[in-house]
Amino acid sequence: MSAADVRDATRASSAIASAAHEVARARRARGRRRRTVIGVLVAAVVVVFVVSLMVGRTFYGPAEVLGVLLGHDVPGAGFTVGRLRLPRAVLAVAAGLCFGLGGVTFQTMLRNPLASPDIIGISSGASAAAAFAIITLSLDDAQVSAFAIVAGLAVAVLVYLLSKKGGVAGTRLVLIGIGIAAMLDSLTAYVLSGAAQWDLQEATRWLTGSLNGTSWPQVVPVLIALAVLTPVLLSQSRDLSVTQLGDDTASALGVRVDRTRLIVIVAAVGLISFATAACGPIAFVAFLSGPIAARIVGPNGSLLVPSALVGALLVLVADVVGQYALGTRFPVGVVTGVLGAPYLIYLIVRTNRAGGSL
Amino acid sequence: MTIDHTLEIEHLTLAYGDRVVVDDLDLVVPPGRMTAIVGANACGKSTLLRSMSRLLKPVSGRVVLDGSEVHRLPARQLARTLGLLPQSPVAPEGITVADLVGRGRHPHQGILSRWTTADDVAVAAALDATDTTVLADRAVDELSGGQRQRVWIAMALAQQTDLLLLDEPTTFLDVSHQIEVLDLLTDLNRSRGTTVVMVLHDLNLAARYADHLVAVAGGRVHAVGTPHEVLTEDCVRAVFGLDSRVITDPTTGSPMMLPLGRHHRAAAGA
Amino acid sequence: MLTALPAETASGVAAVRRPRRSRALWLIALIGALTVVMTLSLVIGTRAVALDDVWAALGGATDGFDRASVAKRVPRTLLAAVAGAALAVSGAVMQGVTRNPLADPGILGINTGASLAVVAGLAFFGLSAATSIVWVAISGAAVTALFVYTIGSLGRGGATPLKLALAGAATSAALASFITAVALPRGDIAANIRSWQIGGVGGGTFSSLGQVMPFLVVGLVVCLLSAKALNSLALGDDLAAGLGERVAVARGAAALGAVVLCGAATAVTGPIGFVGLVVPHACRLLTGVDHRWLLPYSALGGAVLLTASDVVGRVVARPAEIDVGIVTALIGAPFFIWIVRRSKVRAL
Repeated sequence: MSAADVRDATRASSAIASAAHEVARARRARGRRRRTVIGVLVAAVVVVFVVSLMVGRTFYGPAEVLGVLLGHDVPGAGFTVGRLRLPRAVLAVAAGLCFGLGGVTFQTMLRNPLASPDIIGISSGASAAAAFAIITLSLDDAQVSAFAIVAGLAVAVLVYLLSKKGGVAGTRLVLIGIGIAAMLDSLTAYVLSGAAQWDLQEATRWLTGSLNGTSWPQVVPVLIALAVLTPVLLSQSRDLSVTQLGDDTASALGVRVDRTRLIVIVAAVGLISFATAACGPIAFVAFLSGPIAARIVGPNGSLLVPSALVGALLVLVADVVGQYALGTRFPVGVVTGVLGAPYLIYLIVRTNRAGGSL
Repeated sequence: MTIDHTLEIEHLTLAYGDRVVVDDLDLVVPPGRMTAIVGANACGKSTLLRSMSRLLKPVSGRVVLDGSEVHRLPARQLARTLGLLPQSPVAPEGITVADLVGRGRHPHQGILSRWTTADDVAVAAALDATDTTVLADRAVDELSGGQRQRVWIAMALAQQTDLLLLDEPTTFLDVSHQIEVLDLLTDLNRSRGTTVVMVLHDLNLAARYADHLVAVAGGRVHAVGTPHEVLTEDCVRAVFGLDSRVITDPTTGSPMMLPLGRHHRAAAGA
Repeated sequence: MLTALPAETASGVAAVRRPRRSRALWLIALIGALTVVMTLSLVIGTRAVALDDVWAALGGATDGFDRASVAKRVPRTLLAAVAGAALAVSGAVMQGVTRNPLADPGILGINTGASLAVVAGLAFFGLSAATSIVWVAISGAAVTALFVYTIGSLGRGGATPLKLALAGAATSAALASFITAVALPRGDIAANIRSWQIGGVGGGTFSSLGQVMPFLVVGLVVCLLSAKALNSLALGDDLAAGLGERVAVARGAAALGAVVLCGAATAVTGPIGFVGLVVPHACRLLTGVDHRWLLPYSALGGAVLLTASDVVGRVVARPAEIDVGIVTALIGAPFFIWIVRRSKVRAL
């Protein structure tokens, strides 16, 4: 090699070295942004959680609420906060986390924001099963959850099998899921009308989702599901991100696509089903959490944790708003439905305009 | 520099359901060379490539890499040796070039491992080799077809594999971008010794750029060898059902196929 | 000079003539089916009634429990038949206007839009007159149709069937949550909220039927008159224009007829989905794609389907009743899925 070659080679390798620095720097900046956003989200969830414990027909200050949380015996607040508001708030957070995780997992895996479990029928299935279990069979909470998860998995399998022809990630899958959801919603309505009186409360719970009358026994299965299934999901998070590049590319990068998909679907369906069994299919939370998280965190990196937090925040805020901010008490599902529906339409409009396909 | 790997295909039969696409095919991929697979549509070329990278399980026969059957190797280990760029790769919305190229490091990272300097260097080197460093912060879906294809190749490069399989990397590009990509692959092969296997549509480009040409017809290898050996008028007729004249390309010295359809046969006096 | 047609042409002509004869036969069969189903609807219910009591009740006698129940079932049966016909024709026309095998007033969210309009009218404007309710429902249907079509046509490819169906499903979901939001706090109308979320024919009375009939008749006439235009539109806008069809006018008129039909039907029954999807597809198997036959067939088929669904709803869960909207969803959704699966990806 001549001196010129050596110079070229050195220049080239120092160019690469500085480029490597640039790449690393950009990556660290993205990491910082991500960590900041997650921090803000956690703080927001905590704040709204405490606020939801404070407001109500009787207002309790932060000191009293903190007292109850720490287990002290606070007169007056003890019952209202401890027995009524606390389980409700905890379920709101837990269910929100479940929906957020489940929704973004499906959307990532199927490469389609519309392929959210509450749109393609998984929530409807869990809800129909839960309604059936409670109203017709009068089962207890643990059995209801079991029914729900079996139904959720059955729907997932059904939708998958029916849409296999068109390619798993296609619009066909979404439409088939919508068809199945419509069927299951009618079944739920049927179960509800089987009860002698059209009980609007029950109907709202199972058709749109409601946190009214939450008690601790309902909350426990959801917490267990979170504790068990969240680590499973997080362990697959890197592989899941890579599947976004297409099955072939992901396989070429060493991801066992079918295996990852199976694990991740079962975990997501589990989370959604357990949450739905407790409070019904809170409309659109699973669908909205992922896209909102993507907006605030940026398009690179795993969305699992941010999406879970967004879900929790959505449910908490919607419940507080539904209870106190409007003239009448609205169940949480109606609030998220009214907020989520326009966003759904906006998403379709934006995707259509950009020339993409859903 | 890369080490030489042996990639051999023995009595391979591939089928989709009942439809046999590749029938008892044997092939040896020469290490350190550029191999191009050509053939008519639906002759099995893409299927063959997919099977080589373990995306498709054979009905019978085997694909052997360095003495071990490809389907028995752990996925990550294979991904560190053999990289594939499939026909229509999908980029998630809004992903930046740097992040997409970074995904190529996946086989080298376990569940818990963090990013290392080696990863950053690999990404930077890949960007440099494909001349996409200036695009690093751009969103992939904003790029032109040629730029996007270069970015995908950069991702495959970041994988730092010794073998690179490409399924029709030039099919949807206009001619200047096609040359861009093929020149890039040639650089890779010459400077690092990467074994390149690519499925190409264009016979003449294949003859120009490949050291080793494989013509596939009806799921079997019809001819294999250097471009001069394979690209003959008889072969074109057998594989594509087309009459042609084969001359020597005055610019590169490789064989060049001039197709003769109904209207031009008389003029050519063939 | 030709004295006899060559063999192939002769058999070709015969092949064209044959369907016409069998089409007429099927039409008669459908009318027969409708009669049977309507009779069943009068006979079956919480109490089964003997046929001569049915005859007597139809004649006007209302003495005795049996004859009184029949008297109550008559308007319900008529409503089911008429609404079914309206929804089916509406669906067939929508499929023709949008060239979309998935079009149906339920799927495109148009029924939900009509319901929302009525609920809003009841809640915020205190509407009560039946006629004004029908007008409100039709306006709601029209606005929703425009909205869904606009969203579905954005972007590349215009209003492809899948994009339109998605836009419809999204709009339907959106509007359904609005219906719940509006009606829930209103104790006065909350009792009826169910009938605006799931359609049923149980509330059919002669007076409500009478109010809505003029609209249905007008809508039906407009649709039937558009049949020939729909045949041309099926070939594509450009070709249709080349054949001398005034595309925009024809489309607008047909769409208007469809909107009036489903708006008026929904005003009385609430949102019943899938009738407009299933019936035209089934009828196409018998009639082919000629709308001049397809529309009348769809009307009869829709009447049969909805009346039969109502009967099923009354029988299956005795003594409770399942609303017709639930039954049609349970039948129609699998059908919808079947269509989505069957259609070639590119075309859809």
